[in-house]
Amino acid sequence: MIPFLKYRKIYFVFSGILILGSLVSLIIFGLKPGIDFTGGSILELEFKDARPSNQEIRERLANLPLGEVILQPAGEKGLLLRMKDISEDVHQELLSRLNEKWGLEQKQFELIGSTIGQELKQKTKIVIILAILSMFSYIAIAFSGVPRPIRSWQAGAITIFILFHDVLIPLAVFSLLGKFYGIQITIPVTVALLTVVGYAINNVVVVFDRVRENLFKVSRRGFVETFEEALNSAVNQTLSRQINTSLTTLFPLIFMFFLGGETIKYFALALILGIVTGFYSSIFLATPILISLLKWRKP
Amino acid sequence: MPKKKLYIIIIFILIFVFLAGNLVYPYLKIFGLSVEPQFLPKKDFKLGLDLQGGAHLIYQADLSAIEKKDKNEAMDGLRDVIERRVNFFGVGEPLVQVQGERLIVELPGVRDVSEAIRALGKTPFLEFKEPKENYQEILEKNKKLLENGEKELEEPFKSTSLTGRYLKKAELGFDNTTNEPVVLLEFNEEGAKVFEELTEKNVGKPVAMYLDGVLVSAPNVQEKISGGKARITGNFTIDETKELVRNLNAGALPVPIKLISQKNVGPSLGKISLEQSLKAGIFGFLAIILFMILFYRLPGILASLALGIYIVLILAIFKLVPVTLTLAGIAGFILSIGMAVDAHVLIFSRTREELRLGKSFSAALEQGFKRAWPAIRDGNLTTLIVAAILFVFGTSFVKGFALTLSLGILMSMFTAIFITGNFLNIFVGTRFEKISWLWK
Repeated sequence: MIPFLKYRKIYFVFSGILILGSLVSLIIFGLKPGIDFTGGSILELEFKDARPSNQEIRERLANLPLGEVILQPAGEKGLLLRMKDISEDVHQELLSRLNEKWGLEQKQFELIGSTIGQELKQKTKIVIILAILSMFSYIAIAFSGVPRPIRSWQAGAITIFILFHDVLIPLAVFSLLGKFYGIQITIPVTVALLTVVGYAINNVVVVFDRVRENLFKVSRRGFVETFEEALNSAVNQTLSRQINTSLTTLFPLIFMFFLGGETIKYFALALILGIVTGFYSSIFLATPILISLLKWRKP
Repeated sequence: MPKKKLYIIIIFILIFVFLAGNLVYPYLKIFGLSVEPQFLPKKDFKLGLDLQGGAHLIYQADLSAIEKKDKNEAMDGLRDVIERRVNFFGVGEPLVQVQGERLIVELPGVRDVSEAIRALGKTPFLEFKEPKENYQEILEKNKKLLENGEKELEEPFKSTSLTGRYLKKAELGFDNTTNEPVVLLEFNEEGAKVFEELTEKNVGKPVAMYLDGVLVSAPNVQEKISGGKARITGNFTIDETKELVRNLNAGALPVPIKLISQKNVGPSLGKISLEQSLKAGIFGFLAIILFMILFYRLPGILASLALGIYIVLILAIFKLVPVTLTLAGIAGFILSIGMAVDAHVLIFSRTREELRLGKSFSAALEQGFKRAWPAIRDGNLTTLIVAAILFVFGTSFVKGFALTLSLGILMSMFTAIFITGNFLNIFVGTRFEKISWLWK
């Protein structure tokens, strides 16, 4: 049996640094909202021959009312253009200008008016609030019957902490990606993070279920095992499940990340980050925090 | 459970899975011989716009000029007109949907999106005009103005109440003498009356037909015309006439619209996306199977089999419902494969523990299922709750993901508990249960 709980101070220090760093990154760099939330347009092109330089493209598009244009290479001959929400006429003019000079195929065009963007932002906020509220009530119900000495509010508070932790870390990674690679937070990324919330709770529920079971055994056996041992064996017993489930979910996601197009790539990345974080927190944070809380109450 | 009953259940499962498999993939290759054994009616997967290429357009209707009580009617009218125009593109399964003051148009497989957008927003506005009281005077004046090289001429006609709204249908015809193409108009009952009054009032005078504000022709009225038939002769080519007839039949837009959002995906990209997703799914599935067999031995093989069955069943459901498969939907499905494994992992881990405690095979199996169930149920419940919220409030991307994910979760619980459970029970009381390396 691995004495997971013995080294809990190390995890706490490590996680403390990680959480602090994540908060700093989020505060300094913030998140780059995608056109889903701000309105704007994305055009994906593929040139017949080699992709011309950004300089050439910008010259060609000069004096079109595009606002600020971000050019981003995609694949070998592909190009992504991000700009404000342009009218259909401007879109066609842009295409024909580039097409005349270099020859190309439009692979994808997405335009979201600013009103729609505002609405999506609003809608997403509602979804996030509802999801979190329903998770809280779920946690309250799920842990209402934990045996002493654990109190249900402790189990609930830990789960909520883990939930924020599991979303915070991927968000921080996205804030760095946004700063250095221009990666944006889109609706798919938001959805992935909400799914991570479901997973996070799932993981904690499995461990705490086991803790509950072991505690029943402890009280029946008349304290042969200490609480710490009972909790530690719960972590060990669920360890292979946590590893296996995380891995089998990660396998297809990793393929999705490497094979998928622009949308699916970052959707998969958000899930991968969330699942890895969730694995870590369910083993190294959930139960260690629980035992620390118990000891702290009874010095 | 008596063995006989168990075998009946297994046979039933196998037949069921075979039929589902046949529905999903009705092709068979034996020794290079291709056959298509079709036991069930043929059905295809329904692919979303992002996988087959196409356009998703959102129009905002300008209802400022419409009274509040008539708004619904105006939107319905708008939908009808756009629907008729959409049908001319001949794309497979278009969708036109009213959402408040918005109109959502989906054109799967449409080749030239910009042409479609142009044609959809076009407003062929047919209008009949009659001469003003001082018609002759204006004509004289215009003649002088023209001679002086002036461009601004006074309009000699004034509007009447007769517009394309009263049109019953338009047809392509040919003039008997000149053989030129003409547009034959037929008004509805109300329009026929208006037209009769208009012609009666203007016998011996011209009545002008305007299309989109441009004078097309202004023939002289010989006599009162009843019956509601008219024709437009202009110097049209046959193609122009055909387009005109088409647009007149489609009708004018009752309110102005503005394109506020569009997403269009080229057919080549759709195909690539589909291939990529399938590849990711297949590789992911193979990696999972490999892992499960290495880690769990015989139960791993059984779980892989159950997983295969799970995939067949869920794909059959996608076909039957039918679920529109989008990129997000496939992502949800692929993710659900990973989650389907979770249920198996929980059961097997638990069974293995019970075996290590020295319990008998059948007791360990029973305990494994019984003890793993609360965790499976609770764990999936949280994901189902999130998926339900996403489905109710989400956009189309989110909905597709939430739908396939929740269908996948429900189906995975069924396969793990019912199908894998019964498979494992076959080994109870056989020599296999004694071979411990297969299980532990």
